[in-house]
Amino acid sequence: MTDTIHGRESLVRLLEGILAMPGVTVYAPVAEGDGAAFDRVLSASEALLDSSGAVRPPRQILAPMTETLLAMEPGGSAVDSVPAPEPTILFGARPCDARAIVFLDRVYAGGDRIDPYYAARREALTILSIGCREPRATCFCTSTRGGPLSVEGSDILLEPSGEGWIVRIITERGASLVGRAGLGSSDGRVTDPAAFPQAGAPRDLSALRGRLEQAFDDPRWEALTAKCLGCGACTFLCPSCHCFDIVDAEEDGRIVRSRIWDSCQFKTFTRQASGHDPRPTGADRYRHRLMHKFSYCLESYGMPGCVGCGRCVEACPVNLDIRLLLDAFGGER
Amino acid sequence: MSGAGLSARIAEAASRLLSEGSAEVVIGFEQGSIPMRATPCLVTDPSDAGRLVWNAFCANNLARYLEPGRKAAIVARGCDSRAIVELIKERRLKRSDIVVIGVPCTGMADPRAIARRFPGLRVTAVDESDGMLVIHGGPEPVSVPLDEVLHASCRLCARRNPVICDIPLGDPVAERDPGFPDVEAFASLPAEERRSRVEAEMAKCIRCYACRSACPLCTCASCFADSSQPQWVGRGAHPEDVTAFHVMRAMHLAGRCAECGACARACPTGVDLSILNRRLASDVSELFGCRAGLDENAPQPLAASSMEDSQDFMLDPGRKRE
Ligand code: SF4
Ligand code: SF4
Ligand code: SF4
Ligand code: SF4
Repeated sequence: MTDTIHGRESLVRLLEGILAMPGVTVYAPVAEGDGAAFDRVLSASEALLDSSGAVRPPRQILAPMTETLLAMEPGGSAVDSVPAPEPTILFGARPCDARAIVFLDRVYAGGDRIDPYYAARREALTILSIGCREPRATCFCTSTRGGPLSVEGSDILLEPSGEGWIVRIITERGASLVGRAGLGSSDGRVTDPAAFPQAGAPRDLSALRGRLEQAFDDPRWEALTAKCLGCGACTFLCPSCHCFDIVDAEEDGRIVRSRIWDSCQFKTFTRQASGHDPRPTGADRYRHRLMHKFSYCLESYGMPGCVGCGRCVEACPVNLDIRLLLDAFGGER
Repeated sequence: MSGAGLSARIAEAASRLLSEGSAEVVIGFEQGSIPMRATPCLVTDPSDAGRLVWNAFCANNLARYLEPGRKAAIVARGCDSRAIVELIKERRLKRSDIVVIGVPCTGMADPRAIARRFPGLRVTAVDESDGMLVIHGGPEPVSVPLDEVLHASCRLCARRNPVICDIPLGDPVAERDPGFPDVEAFASLPAEERRSRVEAEMAKCIRCYACRSACPLCTCASCFADSSQPQWVGRGAHPEDVTAFHVMRAMHLAGRCAECGACARACPTGVDLSILNRRLASDVSELFGCRAGLDENAPQPLAASSMEDSQDFMLDPGRKRE
């Protein structure tokens, strides 16, 4: 029994051990063009273990881009499509990815209504995260109450230590995976977070929220968001964005009701049947995205809707950096 | 002229145009918030003109920001100007509303190509001098010729100097239109290979529409892809819907696409379907003898008619098409 993973080869062996477990589906970062995405892997060699995170977030494992909710047969009988996935392991999430799943849990399954589609996939999921040795220029998890060693949402966190990783078991689910994969734990031994790099300066999110609310009618929104193209890159790459639309279509003689991703940045998002649009301009839509993440989500879910992963900063085709907007409206003035 | 020299001259021109009221806005680039990024910058106050820069990471097509009825000055190299020419020909914009600040262009650097060239390097800054990029972030700076890490669209660029220009800055660069080697190479592949390459690109698409949103010629007030009544194309991730979106977008740009590559550069997941646009551009060039954006006075091939049209059903309204 070991409690430390020494070097890359041991990490590969751990993934091999997990892949050898019968009846599990494993997702890990895999190469996609020059980027990376979480996808199903069948062998350890497919996984990109040295990457500093995937371009595409893991949320599609829990909330696919397009999913069938129900189908109506020609006779009129409806068939529900609640999934029944086999045990699934997300290997190599970043701590921010895991924290985004905590957020999604609150959205889809935190209140008195539980989304059965999400819940079925979530119930099957065990999350093994790898802490970030070297935050990227776009990372700001520390500013959103997370950090490169945050354990929130992870069942197991591999904490970087020297050339290897310390295995930290966070939950029962994590303990069971560690047992089955033949690893020991190291509950007592953790890295000193103070000695570890931060990603972005810590921010007082309650104060930020107050300032943002006061800035709702600030005339600067317009100029500061003028270059925004109104695409969906920021929201579709975001691990915690979750807006969807529901569409019906005919497929092979059946009527299929699907849930598809939608984005508050699209100009059709809030346009009503009457033609009225409560958020008619790009500035309105950008402000909504920021307010949602840093004000409304704090109120509704007790945490920000942003985990500071930096994907939107990287993905935005015009480099409209959410951190600069936070500084402009929520910084000390 | 070096990027720094051009930056200063752009700022100077911008400040003058805004002060004298010749433009309400100057559209250019400023330094981005992360390494290897310049970002579009819309300057309205002459005192902000100093923010404008010019470097090898100006990836967007700025013509996207021109609006009908707004007097704008725009920093334009070949590709921006080609898009402006098309927009004027389509009467989306008035020539008299636009002041073109022309810059010659030696091509833009592709951060993905730099990452491939120096795997694992966390780039912190890039300096440019005499066609070389000096890249910082490793233990020692490393350098690479700009020409070796260009965006594909820049390697294939047909006109690097502005096609139309009011305020020329910098010395024109030599033109080197390479034609359509990419289209020829692609056409020579077996059909299955062509199909699998296109499918591999489409498989990465998340329907975020950054491509469409960044495109200077995707100007429709309401896009077919957003229409629900009728619904021309499904909105989800089913491969046939993704394909329909991309093929229809390419067709809508036939003879209009400025071949700037801004769509491929905007894509967050690296989808590059410029082969579709380029194939259409090459067909239009072959069939109609013209290329979008290169000639202010040439008619737009798909918006013009001719008594010599080889398809005579076009000419005789009474005649039914067989
Ligand atoms: S808003 Fe941006 S930084 Fe925040 S979680 Fe979403 S993608 Fe990451
Ligand atoms: S902020 Fe950037 S990614 Fe988001 S909608 Fe605007 S242009 Fe697109
Ligand atoms: S930008 Fe890329 S991912 Fe987004 S719709 Fe276009 S091709 Fe698809
Ligand atoms: S389709 Fe792409 S290459 Fe053509 S004009 Fe639009 S952005 Fe440029």
